[in-house]
Amino acid sequence: MNALLQVENILIRFRSKNRIQALLDRDRDPFIDAVCGVSLDIQKGETLALVGESGAGKTTLARSIIGLVTPQEGSIRFQGQELCGLSDRAFKPFHRDIAMMFQDPIGCLSPRLTVRYLITEPFKIHKVRNIDVRAEAKRLLEMVGLSESFADRYPHQLSGGQARRVGVARALALSPKLIVADEPTAGLDVSVQGEVLNLLAKLQDETQVSFLIITHNLSIVRHISDRMAIMYLGRFVEQGETGEIFAHPHHPYTKGLLAANPNPDPDKPKDQIELQGEIPSLMTRPGGCEFHTRCPFVQDLCRIDAPPVTEVESEHWISCHYPL
Amino acid sequence: MTNSIHASVLDIRNLSVEFATNRGRLKALRDVTLTVPNEKIVGLVGESGCGKSTVIFSILNLMAENAVITGGEINFEGRDILKLSSSQLRDLRGDRISMVFQDPMTSLNPVLSIDTQMIDIQFRSSISKAEKRQRAVDMLTHVGIPDAAHRLKSYPHHFSGGMRQRISIAMALLAKPALLLADEPTTALDATLEAQIVHRLRQLQKDLSCSILFVSHHLGLIAEFCDQVVVMYAGEVVEAGDVRDIFHRAGHPYTQALLECDPARIEEKTRNLPTIPGDIPDLVDFPSGCIFENRCSKRFEKCRISPPLRYRISPTHTASCFLLAEGGAI
Repeated sequence: MNALLQVENILIRFRSKNRIQALLDRDRDPFIDAVCGVSLDIQKGETLALVGESGAGKTTLARSIIGLVTPQEGSIRFQGQELCGLSDRAFKPFHRDIAMMFQDPIGCLSPRLTVRYLITEPFKIHKVRNIDVRAEAKRLLEMVGLSESFADRYPHQLSGGQARRVGVARALALSPKLIVADEPTAGLDVSVQGEVLNLLAKLQDETQVSFLIITHNLSIVRHISDRMAIMYLGRFVEQGETGEIFAHPHHPYTKGLLAANPNPDPDKPKDQIELQGEIPSLMTRPGGCEFHTRCPFVQDLCRIDAPPVTEVESEHWISCHYPL
Repeated sequence: MTNSIHASVLDIRNLSVEFATNRGRLKALRDVTLTVPNEKIVGLVGESGCGKSTVIFSILNLMAENAVITGGEINFEGRDILKLSSSQLRDLRGDRISMVFQDPMTSLNPVLSIDTQMIDIQFRSSISKAEKRQRAVDMLTHVGIPDAAHRLKSYPHHFSGGMRQRISIAMALLAKPALLLADEPTTALDATLEAQIVHRLRQLQKDLSCSILFVSHHLGLIAEFCDQVVVMYAGEVVEAGDVRDIFHRAGHPYTQALLECDPARIEEKTRNLPTIPGDIPDLVDFPSGCIFENRCSKRFEKCRISPPLRYRISPTHTASCFLLAEGGAI
């Protein structure tokens, strides 16, 4: 089956010093690799969750898919068409099919515009004519479960959950085929979080839209995603079917992440492993397996050789010398 | 110290706080009663806007200009904080009561080195500067900053988020307070760091034998970390008890609904997560009955007419719901 989105081996580098500084320091490689060699694909109607700590490169990867960051190497194909290397003008038609929900629900809405203007702005940008703006605004608000009276409000009159719904409505305006959602429930209360996630699931059932969801909240990943990829220092350490990974995590990092998600039961036995320390800086990547500085099961080989990506079971890849 | 005389370091009785707004008086806290026993960790849990932070800020009297405390008392080590003069209160703040704020990025001064900030905070102590520096190094080592002596000269921006929050915790504990107020101290951090910081806090609490009032909306963290839990909703305490009372035998319909909503408790994959329909009532124009009535799945006639009192379920467990009235009101 031809995937909706295919990302192959992309490398995204950022300059870490300006040219003069690099020359003075005799630094021949004044770059950091934010994402290095990541491949993924998303099928129609599927949800892929991207999980990892801050600084893992999740958001950078997502931004490259919607064309906000240009990868240095690799390819991103959407419905078979190459997106890498397109100019902004050439990319514009693809923004009708690939929408983004940004991290900060209120911050991504302009404070001076009404909800009606905000959710119908995509039509103006893409010069969609022959539409009734009022009717469209009503239809979109209904889709996300808000009443029409919200159309005349300004962002500061919305609660976090309502602002998030407006963000969803805005992303849905042009009926995209893929929505990239960066932390769709960050900062929301648990009861509201459920509402937003149920809404996304309902929309997916109705419109067969695909989602790429970025989050570090593992307890929601289990419910909303079909497959998940765990990212560490710009690389995937484990990728596979969500239920499978929750049941049998093979990479020590995945296991550590799952363990760090506290269970709301005071008597639950804590047999799990605890990760020590923090994610290393991209400026000083550890040699060998990049996770060896924090891995509780580290052995000599890990410090020397980077582990290859292996398929432990069908459609379940990890990179670890000594999988669990 | 006075600690040994009183069974609880902090005892808040019927605290009510109102905010003057241009729509009228907003009743942010109503008859809040809660106790923090000596050397215990008490979790304060509830959704945004339920008044968790208002409780914390009224303890330190760091309220906004338009806030009025309309009733109640806050007894700290046997003295009512609300009756203290501002200079007496200043002696308590940072010394007997310390605080760790939510955002480690903004609670440290960006233009002073950690060294300066950690020595400055010991201004009450009469020991020499070298001794103060040594104490700072010891405390930093204690909270898990490697090579503390060398890193002391660094500035806050040299540290990562997790390290900065450790530094704020170290600073809060330097004065060996009797009570530490922690307002969502790990919300800005990753889950892996969250676990590390919370385990460290638990260890420090044992070592320094202080009490912690821990504010969070993260149920998993509360379950793992706290001895007792107080659940707030729309400015009222709806349920309080030992951590097992709350997580295994939740009595109040709001607590039950809140626990059900947590996706971490649902083992089976579902595309339809539970929610609590409806909104928090308007705190200016007040409902006459139970505050949770409009969203409660178990409401009946009486709930709309008069508010429930606090009822005792077991010696350690209380809740404000007519369904639990058998044990008698307090």
